[in-house]
Amino acid sequence: MMRGDDDAIISLVARTVSPFIMIFALYVIFHGHYSPGGGFQGGTMLAAALILVRLAAGNDLAQLQFPRSWGTPLGSAGVLIYWGTGFVAMMGGGRFLDYAFLPLAGAAPQRRSLGILFIEIGVGLAVCGILTAIYDDLLEGRPHD
Amino acid sequence: MKALRTAVLVLFGAVLVIGGMSLPNRGDPDARPYRDPSPAGTPNAPSYYVRHAERDADTPNMVTVILADYRGFDTMGEETVILTAGLVCFLILRRGRPKEKRS
Amino acid sequence: MTEVLLGHYGYWFIFALVILGFYGMVVKRNLVKKLIGMNIFQVAIIMFFLSSAVKWQATIPIADPALGTSDPDLYISPLQHCLMLTAIVVAVATNGVAYALLIAIHKRFGTLHEDELLARMTHDLDLD
Repeated sequence: MMRGDDDAIISLVARTVSPFIMIFALYVIFHGHYSPGGGFQGGTMLAAALILVRLAAGNDLAQLQFPRSWGTPLGSAGVLIYWGTGFVAMMGGGRFLDYAFLPLAGAAPQRRSLGILFIEIGVGLAVCGILTAIYDDLLEGRPHD
Repeated sequence: MKALRTAVLVLFGAVLVIGGMSLPNRGDPDARPYRDPSPAGTPNAPSYYVRHAERDADTPNMVTVILADYRGFDTMGEETVILTAGLVCFLILRRGRPKEKRS
Repeated sequence: MTEVLLGHYGYWFIFALVILGFYGMVVKRNLVKKLIGMNIFQVAIIMFFLSSAVKWQATIPIADPALGTSDPDLYISPLQHCLMLTAIVVAVATNGVAYALLIAIHKRFGTLHEDELLARMTHDLDLD
């Protein structure tokens, strides 16, 4: 099962559905201000799209789409985006994570809205990368037969 | 030993049921958690968020505003927890595996 | 009495789930089954929090221009949703850690049954 049996239907469905799940996940992240959604949900759906391909095509073939070594750096990048937003706001004269002091155009509520968007992007990247990395690590621990 | 475990389970269930009796009715808008001001005399947090979220951050989704703005520190620590969990998995399962296989 | 029972009817199912998860954690001897019990427990707690956010005649916590934001009774309490949103993702991550530990234990001792595990651990200690 982990090796990916050559089942045409499963691989076809997974290959077709995965990009649509990714598009919807990006919609959930970026439309999270106006509808139910946000970084956590969208990041989990991105990870689900990646893991679906891993389950259907086998772990070795899926390395072409998202290599094993990317997960942890992507998660770290997400956390860095989060902390970086906080520090940029601090350098702008405010407190840590006070988005009204981000160096952006617009009034304070608009700046806060954009700051929330940055946070959501960071959270989405972190969740996506870490969940995929955990899945890969769990497979790494299996005995090779 | 088995009797002890069963007794613990029954006791736990009894505590839950007795505690659940004094909970406010489900979906009651006048229940104590939603009274403004709260019984301790402080402003009610959910009511404050509902009233001020859209004006403060220009975002209609209150959950997003609370998650990223009012409680930004909470989410930051929580994301760090996720990163730590990923690193722990990495350290437990990946360390030195190829060398052990070859020897 | 009936009013109390009916007013809380959503909670009784959640308490049943909590007791089921606790049963899995306490009575079962296999570590994977214990972990499944812990998951059920976690989900039950999350559902309890979310059901405490419910208000009848209220809508989802997204500001609706037609309703305005001056009356909090028109919106479900958003605080519980925010807290549980983070709790769910942390639950997934900690599950990953737990399964990683189980895999490591199984590699080292070759079993996940608690009694056998304790026997093998003490046996290894005696050898050292």
